[in-house]
Amino acid sequence: METNGIETNTNQRVERDNSTARATTRSTDFEEKMVATTGLQTKAIHAWFGDHHVLEDVSLDFPANTVTGLIGPSGCGKSTFLRMLNRMHEFLAGASMAGEVFLDGNEIYAPDTDVAAVRLKIGMVFQKPNPFPSMTIAENVLAGLKLANLKVSNKDDLLEECLVRAGLWKEVKDRLKLSGSSLSGGQQQRLCIARALAVKPKVLLMDEPCSALDPGSTLKIEDTIHELSSSMTVVIVTHNMQQAARVSDHCAFFLSDGHPGRVVEFGKTEVMFTSPKDQRTADYVQGRFG
Amino acid sequence: MVRTVWHGGTLMTSVLSEPALASPPRREIVDRRSLGDRIFRKGVTLGALTAFIVLSLIASLLFFRGFQIFSAFGLDFITTSTWEDVDGTVENAKFGVAAMLVGSIVVATIAMAVAFPFVVSSALFLEFYVPHKLKAVLVAILDLMAAIPSIIYGLWGYLVLMPLASGWAASINNYLGWFPIFGVDFDNFEASPFVSGLVLALMVLPIAMSVTREVYSRAPLDQIQAAYALGGSRWGAIRTVVIPFGRSGLVGGMLLGMGRALGETVAVLLTLNLVFEVKFQILASAGGSVASLIASRFGEASPLELKALMAAGLVLFLLTLIVNFGASTIVARAERRVK
Amino acid sequence: MTNIEVKIPERQRPWINRGASVRELVVPVAIAAVVAAAINLLTGLAGALGFYFAFVLSYAVVAWFTGRRHDKVKGIDKLATAFITLGFATAFIPWASILFTVVRRGWPTIYGGYFTTDMRVTAADDDLAMGGLSHALVGTVLMLLVASVISIPLGILTAAYITEIRGKLSGFVRIMVQSMSGVPSIVAGLFIYATVVSRFKFSGLAGALALSILMLPTIARTAEEVLKLVPEEIRSASYALGASQMATTFRIILPAARSGLVTASMLGVARVAGETAPLILTSFYSAVFSLKMIGEPIGSLPMYTYQNFGVGTETALTRAWGGALVLMVLILILFSTARLLSGRGQK
Repeated sequence: METNGIETNTNQRVERDNSTARATTRSTDFEEKMVATTGLQTKAIHAWFGDHHVLEDVSLDFPANTVTGLIGPSGCGKSTFLRMLNRMHEFLAGASMAGEVFLDGNEIYAPDTDVAAVRLKIGMVFQKPNPFPSMTIAENVLAGLKLANLKVSNKDDLLEECLVRAGLWKEVKDRLKLSGSSLSGGQQQRLCIARALAVKPKVLLMDEPCSALDPGSTLKIEDTIHELSSSMTVVIVTHNMQQAARVSDHCAFFLSDGHPGRVVEFGKTEVMFTSPKDQRTADYVQGRFG
Repeated sequence: MVRTVWHGGTLMTSVLSEPALASPPRREIVDRRSLGDRIFRKGVTLGALTAFIVLSLIASLLFFRGFQIFSAFGLDFITTSTWEDVDGTVENAKFGVAAMLVGSIVVATIAMAVAFPFVVSSALFLEFYVPHKLKAVLVAILDLMAAIPSIIYGLWGYLVLMPLASGWAASINNYLGWFPIFGVDFDNFEASPFVSGLVLALMVLPIAMSVTREVYSRAPLDQIQAAYALGGSRWGAIRTVVIPFGRSGLVGGMLLGMGRALGETVAVLLTLNLVFEVKFQILASAGGSVASLIASRFGEASPLELKALMAAGLVLFLLTLIVNFGASTIVARAERRVK
Repeated sequence: MTNIEVKIPERQRPWINRGASVRELVVPVAIAAVVAAAINLLTGLAGALGFYFAFVLSYAVVAWFTGRRHDKVKGIDKLATAFITLGFATAFIPWASILFTVVRRGWPTIYGGYFTTDMRVTAADDDLAMGGLSHALVGTVLMLLVASVISIPLGILTAAYITEIRGKLSGFVRIMVQSMSGVPSIVAGLFIYATVVSRFKFSGLAGALALSILMLPTIARTAEEVLKLVPEEIRSASYALGASQMATTFRIILPAARSGLVTASMLGVARVAGETAPLILTSFYSAVFSLKMIGEPIGSLPMYTYQNFGVGTETALTRAWGGALVLMVLILILFSTARLLSGRGQK
């Protein structure tokens, strides 16, 4: 039954391999340097592509240092919503929106907002791994620093720290000078995670990061997500319900059904999977559709 | 494969020769086309080979007509600069295209050097900066610019640009004259490689720009988004993703432009003073170009000089062939990389 | 299942800040203009071009400063934007100048009889109200026609080989076409001179042959792209009906690509309409209106312009600009027609 399934999963989470355990110890220093996060909130978010209304009235609260999963059938606006959180939605032609997004109390769509600064605080990992092929592994990880012209006292330490947290250090520490695209798919995605971490974001958005990867890499990334959640807020879009159950503390269930996508239910993951309030949520998590 | 069978009370084993899982021999599909189609195919193939036939004819004809010159002068034809037909005999004549060859390359190089920043900035502007609605209009205008014939560039170059450019050349000489290529022997700045190069830069800009723009438009969108998601600015994303990606396409486009510049005749003819001496003073009123040599000497050429012009034509033909071939290979490789 | 009715708010684009972006544009432009004017007056950088040059530099610096107020990255971003935008704009200035000059200086030659008289009795230096370019116009048109008749079928055949027959030599043919497009126009003229003119003297036919060498690659390449656009299903349907390859190509494929092929042809013609160098060696020059393509030289617009330029007097130069103007209009018509046809074909 589901309850047992989740309990087993929680037990499994206790076992982690050394690299991530080491990362946890290291990240305490990191943690101390970071300002306490207050999290991300959205109020009445709507999204349009041209005249097509794709998201309706999404108001969610992402508490600090938690992992929130966005689940639901494909095409109901989860990725669109995610892209609104770091102001990438506006790149698409004909995009418009309504509502507000708050990071630490600041509305990120306010006029005169420094968009690049917002994106430094809210990082993103994409579905298809996209390391920069013209850069080495090391350069890829530190690319964000170069783009934002951030000065760091010790680049090598940061490099190692990010790769360790992403669970990639052991595999690449001897070949940091190789091109970023010489790695396997799973490794590339972990490289992208390390790259996102290098600019010390407060929130990490992940758009189906494991959907194109093998189970081994998926597991490693899920471990990383768990470790990251102790110091930042993670929002992850996923199609894989088991993954959502393994990885997230809270879940938001999106549904569109012909009308614009809405959040049907939001709550703690255990509750969503064992005793959801809405019948549609129950149908989805039990696999009756989607 | 072994088969075991009861046969009259005894167990018999027999080995069957062919293995049971061998794939059968493949049938050859013979295509016997109708007579009409066979003629059609041969006809089309012949038509398609026109390009090859014409190119071979050009090469062989120029070689054949200029043979006397090649055999008389050998490599000297390419390494010496004197050009005179004294009395119609090969023994006393002197033909060498070195000055013109070097001159062609100098002018083409100036053209590419001047055009380069504009090629890159225009390609980037049209792909990443231009407001959506203006793009189609501007591209159409650019296509039109590519169609302006060289005689008009030559006319404008001589009558409008040259007075201005001589002024600029004079200033450059004023401030930077100590630098060898900017020095001059005489104070005449008209009809110099500099002016020719400027006109040629204008002429090759559209083709180089369109090739480069094509490559930039294929820069992987997901990496550009990744750059933005990391907090990069528009220039940051371009610098990190687009420019490394488009490097070989840019080189190919510039080489294609160079090929065109090397073969350009009339625009150079009207804006460059031909002097039979290898010169690197780009501001001085003296230079060379193989194409203009042929056009300008053709009218009054003696039969012997005509042969020399044929030989020069062959040299030019081979040079542009090599440059263009290199350019298209690079561009093809760049485009293949995207797939 | 009814959901709570949500009032749909107004669509917004908060990332577009018209007021700020206008302000961001106007202020640096204004400052740069003032600085440039100052530089213009005070230093040797005189004249309109000097002002423009100074303006570009000042604008770049001002843009960088405005960005720098935020942070270094914004400064560099604004600097890059300034240079890229201005680089593009600068490239337009010479072309605008060319178009402007051609029209301004060529216009005085146009009068009632311009297109119907030739130069047989008029000297280049005579009054502009005498003489015209009928001979040049007809010569160009005739040569382009003959060249089209030669190279359009050959170009389409070349393209058809690659897209329909798909023979083993397809790669080779493409390379040959590519190489042929790089042949300098003077070399094409030299070739035709060595073969045709040396035997048959200057003629319009020789000129047309030289032009067709230059036209063929353009037509072949564009036709190939056009034929590739014909959907594969149409070919399959035709072959499945039992049609021969010849029938399929001529009755189905080529008609399907008709407008695209016309565009390809017109582009090829537009490209060679203004070629001068090959004509110097093949059709040479004539001042007389004639329809004779063989045995004697024929006039053409580029050569008309070139000859008058050679004469060099003020009136002759104006005639040259007049020839240039007519040539430009001709090319413009060809180009626009080609574009219109290709646009309509896509719908």
